[in-house]
Amino acid sequence: MLKNRIIPCLDVKNGRVVKGINFIDLKDAGDPVEQAKIYSDGGADEICFLDITASNENREIIYDVVKKTSKKCFVPLTVGGGVRSIEDINNLLNCGADKVSINTAAVENSKVIINSSKKFGSQCIVVAIDAKKNGDKWEVFTHGGRNNSGIDALEYAEQMEENGAGELLVTSMDRDGTQVGYDIELMSKISSKVNIPVIASGGVGNLDHLVDGIKLGKASAVLAASIFHYGKHSVQEAKEYLDSKGIPVRI
Amino acid sequence: MKVTIVDYNSGNISSVINSFKEVAKDKVNIEITSDLNKIKSSDKVILPGQGSFKSCVDALRNIDGLIDTLNEFVINKKKPLLGICVGLQMFADIGYEETETKGLGWISGKVLKIDNQGGKFKLPHIGWNQINIIKDSKIFKNIKNNSHMYFVHSYEFVPNDKKVISATTNYSSKIVCSVEKENIFGTQFHPEKSDKIGLQIIYNFINL
Repeated sequence: MLKNRIIPCLDVKNGRVVKGINFIDLKDAGDPVEQAKIYSDGGADEICFLDITASNENREIIYDVVKKTSKKCFVPLTVGGGVRSIEDINNLLNCGADKVSINTAAVENSKVIINSSKKFGSQCIVVAIDAKKNGDKWEVFTHGGRNNSGIDALEYAEQMEENGAGELLVTSMDRDGTQVGYDIELMSKISSKVNIPVIASGGVGNLDHLVDGIKLGKASAVLAASIFHYGKHSVQEAKEYLDSKGIPVRI
Repeated sequence: MKVTIVDYNSGNISSVINSFKEVAKDKVNIEITSDLNKIKSSDKVILPGQGSFKSCVDALRNIDGLIDTLNEFVINKKKPLLGICVGLQMFADIGYEETETKGLGWISGKVLKIDNQGGKFKLPHIGWNQINIIKDSKIFKNIKNNSHMYFVHSYEFVPNDKKVISATTNYSSKIVCSVEKENIFGTQFHPEKSDKIGLQIIYNFINL
């Protein structure tokens, strides 16, 4: 039986781990390579790096982090943030990333997903959707949540599947950093709409939120940052809790 | 001992390289190449593969003499080869991803899209799933039955001769996830991404 995945996410800025509250107010909390190793030793099913380094000239730093991490962690490594082109994807994969998550570029140019999934295979193309509720629909945001594209998130999710995305990483902008739980309605609507796996993200504050993301949100995988990062819970604890709630996990 | 990972532009192989280097330490020479002479002189070969069946077969064909060299290594010399993911799928006679494409024909069978029961199961089959070991394979030494391995694929290898199947995994149906036929080994899952247990499989192959 396929297990639901728990994916700790590390926000990385200039080669250091940070976690934002609603994308601002960053706290520095250490070396990403070491953190990733702790997570993979602790049973993380995958590791996710989100590079929030603003400027392009610092791309080399994340490449170096990915290179070092991939030599120490033997679980899948997804890297996102600032991925604009086929060349960026190629560089990250060459450094040892297994999957690349693409946000803004996928909205701006639909060819990026079509071409990259053809070139590298859908298995390594994750489309990250940052969505915010507006009335009775959700809109896709880009540029780290700063710009509203006005695009309907559900339609967009379907389009991305058609373009060749292997997975969707869906973040609720309303919930991110709030610790009140995933936007379950958003997750379940997208998950029901597409046939590719959905990774739920944004808003986890306790272990029940992870359970809800899978049971109610119908997500294949749950991503969280701060509950793991600040030591509130270990990945192992999360897995045991999910297991006790009848959710299949790798223990 | 020289172990070669075939580098034929089949997509991302850095994780395969990292994992084999981690297991080999300094004791075994891991070579990453498409140089035919280097492949010929290897003791063991790894055939990775990502992307579609067609793109991988095309990439093999694009390197002059590579398929002949692999055929000689595997069929005539009978030296051990490990195919990973699409690397395993290419053992088949034929694959149907994108378009009908001839495979290497080392293990008779077809590569078909996983039947996801009309959308009841998500595709690709991504994540950790348990393997049911149904045949003692040399690469499963010290691997417990029902161990978790990391999968990511939408197509499955369906061999004609079921005796080559060494493990299956349960998804929308029973999927062949490991084969062994004499000197030919293959895993549909990614040992290079399957944590310590995956590294054990790599260790087993290197130490055959």
